Amino acid sequence: MTTNTKRVIYFAFTDFYRNKGISIAAIFVLTVTTLLITGIFFVHGMSNYLIDQIQNKIDIAAYFKADTQEEDILNVKNELLQEAEDVKKIQYISREDALENFIAKHGDSDVFSRALSEVGDNPFLPSLNITTGTTAQYEQISQILNQEKFTDLIEKVDFSEKKDTIEKVFSVTSSINKFGLGIAIILILFAMLIVFNTMKLVIDSSKDEINTMRIVGASNWLVRVPFIIEGGIFGGISFFFCFLITILLVYILRSGLEAMIPGFSLSGYFMHNLWLIILIQLGFGVGLGVISSYIVVRKYLKV
Amino acid sequence: MIQFQNVTKVYPNGTTVLHDVSFEIKDGEFVSIVGKSGAGKTTLISMILGLEKPTSGHILFKDQNITQMDSHQIQGMRRKIGAIYQDYKLLSTKTVYENVAYIMTVEEKENEEIIREVPKVLTLIGLGEKIHNFPHELSGGEQQRLAIARAIVNHPDLIIADEPTGNLDPYNAYEVLTLLEKLHTVGKTVILSTHDREIINKLGKRVITIDNGKIIRDEEKGRFLI
Repeated sequence: MTTNTKRVIYFAFTDFYRNKGISIAAIFVLTVTTLLITGIFFVHGMSNYLIDQIQNKIDIAAYFKADTQEEDILNVKNELLQEAEDVKKIQYISREDALENFIAKHGDSDVFSRALSEVGDNPFLPSLNITTGTTAQYEQISQILNQEKFTDLIEKVDFSEKKDTIEKVFSVTSSINKFGLGIAIILILFAMLIVFNTMKLVIDSSKDEINTMRIVGASNWLVRVPFIIEGGIFGGISFFFCFLITILLVYILRSGLEAMIPGFSLSGYFMHNLWLIILIQLGFGVGLGVISSYIVVRKYLKV
Repeated sequence: MIQFQNVTKVYPNGTTVLHDVSFEIKDGEFVSIVGKSGAGKTTLISMILGLEKPTSGHILFKDQNITQMDSHQIQGMRRKIGAIYQDYKLLSTKTVYENVAYIMTVEEKENEEIIREVPKVLTLIGLGEKIHNFPHELSGGEQQRLAIARAIVNHPDLIIADEPTGNLDPYNAYEVLTLLEKLHTVGKTVILSTHDREIINKLGKRVITIDNGKIIRDEEKGRFLI
């Protein structure tokens, strides 16, 4: 490390220490705003999970004629997988599986049991249950299944009956996504503005010093770099606090949230995205601290 | 060392602060610039330091045109000038020692030299006992002496003092003047801007008198006459 680099680091740390009040205020603001960004990330994860859960409940089913061979049905399944884009899941349910599912679901009900014994034979048809990501894909699958070559095999496709419901669900989830994205962008911009203005206040308090440094012939580098490092120190310390608070909040809210959103694991989401969360917190805290300092000091270097 | 060639300064609001000013200051001279408040003294000093640009005309420092210098060159020139101000312009979050050491850091001096020279200069100026104090813990006279220590530590060829005694009592003002005279006797060029009649009359050196932005008198052994 060169002597000059050591000097600017020393200046940054002494300024940080000597302006304790301002430093604490800057760290506080950075911590709160970084927590806000982290919160947005967690809310995004939870809402995506909920939307996925709702969308996964939507499917269309193709019911095959009772005498269709399993091999023919699996051929249709393979063709669908090849021709339709982004099919999430295709589940083959044989007549026997359909009957077993029915009994498992309604076996306790006398009415259904009596109805079944009156029919005598297995009344269920083999089917393919298909789940995709968008309404357009459901439409595409419906068109593939309604081709002439499948008319001998397929009894009916229930898309037209479910079409309205599918469109409504996808429209609602898409609106939630758009609204969430809008709110997130506004909050992120708001947080960035707060951090920028805080750094501006910090550097404004040193305006006269910067002026004096320029008058005595200090280079841009010697004036600017200590402030940039100081911005980085604010960000680094705020990251430390923010990360600790995040761990604490995950630990406290874990069981409550898991009860509210069954199947969603807050700690699992945290662990799975650990590096991304660290990157977001470091990037926002240190990155914004450094960039804001760089921009604000530049204004005073024109002396 | 310094040449003003037909320098005029007009501010955006139309006020003419300097009007067609020309003079030369040679190496080793002690020149006082006098005039009433608002006469244009501070603007003239600011122009030598590159803090203000003239509207027309040229200013030369060691034959280099200040008006054509870029930011990097201006910073290099400022390092060759020791400046002292009425409001001291000290670094308030740095100690007495650090204020002087900072100037040597600007010149990229080695640590060994800084450690050796700074206490020497501070002792010479009478602040040897206060190296760990902050500027706000010093009296006005001490702050001005610190400003002088800062101005001379890099051994500049030119010392500019803009109203250095303006905030000082007669005793401290006399001390500052004595220090400036001492610097002149060791070969430094000194430019002193003031409106203190007593100081000028006591000095008996070259005096440039400015009034309403124009040089009205330039005398080798001048007196304060306005």
